[in-house]
Amino acid sequence: MLKYILKRILLLIPVLIGATFIVFSVMDMTPGDPAVAKLGVDATAEQIEELREEMGLNDPFLVRYGRFVLNLVQGDLGTSYKTGLDVMQQIMQRIPYTFLLSFAALLFAIIVGIPAGIISARHQYTVFDNCTMVLTLIGASAPHFWLGLMGVIIFAVNLGWLPAAYTASGSLALGIILPMLTLGMNSTALVTRMTRSAMLDVMNQDYVDTARAKGVSERIVVFRHMLRNALIPIITVLGLQFGNLLGGAVTTETIFAWPGIGRYIVESISNKDTPCVLGAVVMLAIIVTVINLLVDIIYAFVDPRIKSQYKSMIRRAKKDV
Amino acid sequence: MSNRDKQGKFVQRSLSQQAWIQFRNNRLAICGLVVIALLILVSITTILIDLADGGELYKVFVTKNNLPMKLAKPSAAHPLGCDEYGRDLLFRLLWGTRYSLFAGICTILAAILIGGVFGSIAGFYGGKIDNVIMRFMDMVMTVPSLVLAMAIYAALGSSLVNLLIALTCSQVPQFARIIRSSVMTVKDSEYVEAAKAVGASDALVIVKYIIPNALSPVIVQGTLGVATTILNVAGMSFLGLGIQPPAPEWGSILSSARMYMREAWHISLFPGLAIVICILSLNLLGDGLRDALDPKQKR
Repeated sequence: MLKYILKRILLLIPVLIGATFIVFSVMDMTPGDPAVAKLGVDATAEQIEELREEMGLNDPFLVRYGRFVLNLVQGDLGTSYKTGLDVMQQIMQRIPYTFLLSFAALLFAIIVGIPAGIISARHQYTVFDNCTMVLTLIGASAPHFWLGLMGVIIFAVNLGWLPAAYTASGSLALGIILPMLTLGMNSTALVTRMTRSAMLDVMNQDYVDTARAKGVSERIVVFRHMLRNALIPIITVLGLQFGNLLGGAVTTETIFAWPGIGRYIVESISNKDTPCVLGAVVMLAIIVTVINLLVDIIYAFVDPRIKSQYKSMIRRAKKDV
Repeated sequence: MSNRDKQGKFVQRSLSQQAWIQFRNNRLAICGLVVIALLILVSITTILIDLADGGELYKVFVTKNNLPMKLAKPSAAHPLGCDEYGRDLLFRLLWGTRYSLFAGICTILAAILIGGVFGSIAGFYGGKIDNVIMRFMDMVMTVPSLVLAMAIYAALGSSLVNLLIALTCSQVPQFARIIRSSVMTVKDSEYVEAAKAVGASDALVIVKYIIPNALSPVIVQGTLGVATTILNVAGMSFLGLGIQPPAPEWGSILSSARMYMREAWHISLFPGLAIVICILSLNLLGDGLRDALDPKQKR
């Protein structure tokens, strides 16, 4: 297992290089001259040319990318065009907030979604199942930003129970409730539906009948024979969900003035502040990559077949060399 | 489902006939289908009206300011009320259907096509090819779809085509992953082995045996994907990075509604409901198709 994990971590390096490369090339297409953005429109052609040379903008693409990666490894993402602040430092201040919000939302989704899905599948087409399905359908259909607006209108404007936006002086525990529910609603619905359908898929398998025929108790059938096999698609969905949550955090953070990395990206795009956008998107990509790796490792624990498949892949790769 | 007709005789039915019968009996799925059909009809009708009168109606009812009716509450004349420029919200919502639906459908069809090709090649051949393709998909997937779409859109510049390209790029890896995993489960089955043994080419095996078997997860993910895309379009417009006002895109209506949350709740409520109804119908439709197409789910 340790060897598997180590090898996966080694495989992470090309993925990270690829991901930063994709983001870097996309952001490189951004129209507008960074030197002009930094100096303002009044700058003379010579000043611009001087700064371009100084910033290394005249170098070939790959040289610029290489320099970007070297700086990134040293924790340097450059400075903002707009404020002149260090991008890495600003991102590091914001990441904990985004993490807190996304984990709270994911936890909410797991705690509510998986049990609801299991119960629904076990009692298919009962009142509970139908109600759950209607609720999850609505939950999966409603956009984050609309749920957020409705939440603010109901709980902040009309009832006055919860704050409408995050403030540094307000209580974090109260302030996170609306953003967490807003962000977590879609995932909860999706996890419930996925759990239900994965459980239903597994329910008709022969090994479940076999287990029952052997006289295994219903609890063990559900948790060991069904849930363990159903977990594979559920974990896939959860793994994908985390990326979605970080993406959804963009709109949620904007509505609730949550000081996370999503709002930072939106602000930076509106300000045409390319180093900030590039830095924040690259950091998000790195975070999601690491989380994908963790999900894959959990896979290997849940489904040993994946590990053996990976071993045969390695064996083949060695043969090719 | 009975295999006898009204006289009690056995009838033979093809798989697609059986699927249709199964689908027809699912009332929720039919509701979803009807609503989606209606929405498509509305968007086509509004486009035809625009083409017929050269956008005259669009100018007068959808984008022209009518400040005396500013933020008017719902009434008989304006069933959904008016927005911050006194424009009728119902008209704006009807004229807004085209953005969401077409963006969603075009994007997902393109994503299924591209993702399907990559995913089936990766799953079918395995080994090095699989590794290269899936690692690349992993790389694209590392960036959350909305954020990737925003970055691509910011870089390409704002136009509807660029928005579609951005959204498609962000959806491809999901389909590649799903199709690859269905291909991997199917490709070692006996009937594929049998087909190979009698000399079927790889392409034939993929098209005839593997794609039909991979279809139902793709349909489920496809409907969810159309929904995700519609949400992403609305989300980007909400953040001011997608379709720009005065175009009546639902997300951009919601975006301007934020300013008037305290005095005019209806501008926030109705566009959101429109999005929910649209996506809810897509989900119901997808569920119905899944039940009908996946024989394992039949009871």
